[in-house]
Amino acid sequence: MRSIRFDPYLPIIGVIGLIVIWYIAVWYRVVDPVLLPSPTDTFRALWKGMAGGRLGFDFWRTLERTTLATLIAAAISIPLGIFLGSSEKLYRSVEFVVDFFRSTPASAMFPLFLVLFGVGDKTKISVAAFGAALVILFNVAYGVMNARKTRLLAAKVMGASRFRVLTDVMLLESLPQTFVGLRNGVSLALVIVVVAEMFIGSTDGLGHRVFESQQLFAMPDMYAAIFAAGALGYGFNLLFMLVERRFVHWSGK
Amino acid sequence: MANPVLRTDTGGVPIDGRAAARASAHVTIRGLTKHFTDAVVYDRFDLDIPRGKLISVFGPNGCGKSTLINMIAGLVPSDAGEILFDGKPLRDIKFGYVFQNYREALFPWLRSIDNIQYPLKLMKLAKAERHARTERLLANLGVKIDLNRYPYELSGGQQQLVSIMRALVVEPEILFLDEPFSALDYEMTLFMRDQLQRIFVETGTTTVLVSHDLEEAVYLADRILLLSRRPASIADYVHYDAARPRADATLSEAEFVRIKAHCLEVFQREVRKG
Repeated sequence: MRSIRFDPYLPIIGVIGLIVIWYIAVWYRVVDPVLLPSPTDTFRALWKGMAGGRLGFDFWRTLERTTLATLIAAAISIPLGIFLGSSEKLYRSVEFVVDFFRSTPASAMFPLFLVLFGVGDKTKISVAAFGAALVILFNVAYGVMNARKTRLLAAKVMGASRFRVLTDVMLLESLPQTFVGLRNGVSLALVIVVVAEMFIGSTDGLGHRVFESQQLFAMPDMYAAIFAAGALGYGFNLLFMLVERRFVHWSGK
Repeated sequence: MANPVLRTDTGGVPIDGRAAARASAHVTIRGLTKHFTDAVVYDRFDLDIPRGKLISVFGPNGCGKSTLINMIAGLVPSDAGEILFDGKPLRDIKFGYVFQNYREALFPWLRSIDNIQYPLKLMKLAKAERHARTERLLANLGVKIDLNRYPYELSGGQQQLVSIMRALVVEPEILFLDEPFSALDYEMTLFMRDQLQRIFVETGTTTVLVSHDLEEAVYLADRILLLSRRPASIADYVHYDAARPRADATLSEAEFVRIKAHCLEVFQREVRKG
């Protein structure tokens, strides 16, 4: 009984533990105080930055770019993945290309996209969309291909046409795997956007904020920006999990 | 069928030497042939399935019990031969099919009631008609399940009952069941046998049941089709005429014991041949 009551609060222990260790490290000067500010200073910087400061704006810009990149990726990859996955032969014929570019670090594509789209938001968003698209594509196609054969047969035996089997069964069967793709895709998009903001002529965004704070040796600001990026990534993941639990209620059952 | 003179059939049946046999049967299978890459499963196989009877299919492992009903139900293509339902091909009739794996056969994204109504939707029936048909079926069967739940919220037996209702809601001419109870525990299997028997008595639908449990095969059947090893042929096609509803006491009646012993003997003979 007792364990049930405390279970939801268990994750807090890790957070408290980390902060305690951090305080101790600062207190005993384990690390140079210039490199590691106290948690209090860091969270003050985070609060001030997010509540009307520069950091809030940068957070918003990164959120915008990542969302846009993920939306573009999903809009291309979900229909394409369904199309490719609906025929195993078709997918096998493009599988190597997909896997190859999925394994290519998206950051290696920056110079190419810079030539194509110039120094601006277009490049950042399109590289992130490119990376996310392949991850989503691969998952959607596998979701469709791995649709339970019995379920497809059941629809067929009840007289469903090939098109109805696709819309009524395959699409829904692939949803859990599609969400896996979306979660991985948005994480990757965020990584790429933040890297792009650091190095590709940026004037805003969390990557830019981290990089600039470091250059100015404003360490509390830098840590604050890192935490903001972490919160953004975690938030995206949480959002997709909640949406999935709401709309794909049968997942894992 | 001892009496060859039965009713006149609907038109379209060619009058030839087999006409009498055809007229007495609901399903006629002639010259059915099926090869897998490594084996001949059926070679010019003939079978009549009588109307309004429950037929159990029983035989050695891997002899092609499921393949047989899957070919009849169009899930697996045959290489040669002809399967007719009152002289009509499969595409002209309504039939129901119940899979062994109810977990994978039901649609988990639909509530149980919507699972049952799905085939009616495919038939493009209006909502009121769909509703009326479902209500009629539920009233007939007296099912006590909360059908607003999703399948994964139900017990295994309840899920298989939903599958059976989904197969019955189209008012099929023939119902196929492929080892429908083998994924259930014994207690639930006993319960489901009687549910199936009740449904059969209610509806009188021609039913073909594949079973790997001889007791179940005999208990439920009007006729037990015993298959040989590959290529499968009819080892015996046994009548069992005990009155329905049959109950636990049936299992110890002399006639049941005799039929079951006979089936077992035929089965053992076929197994040893391999």
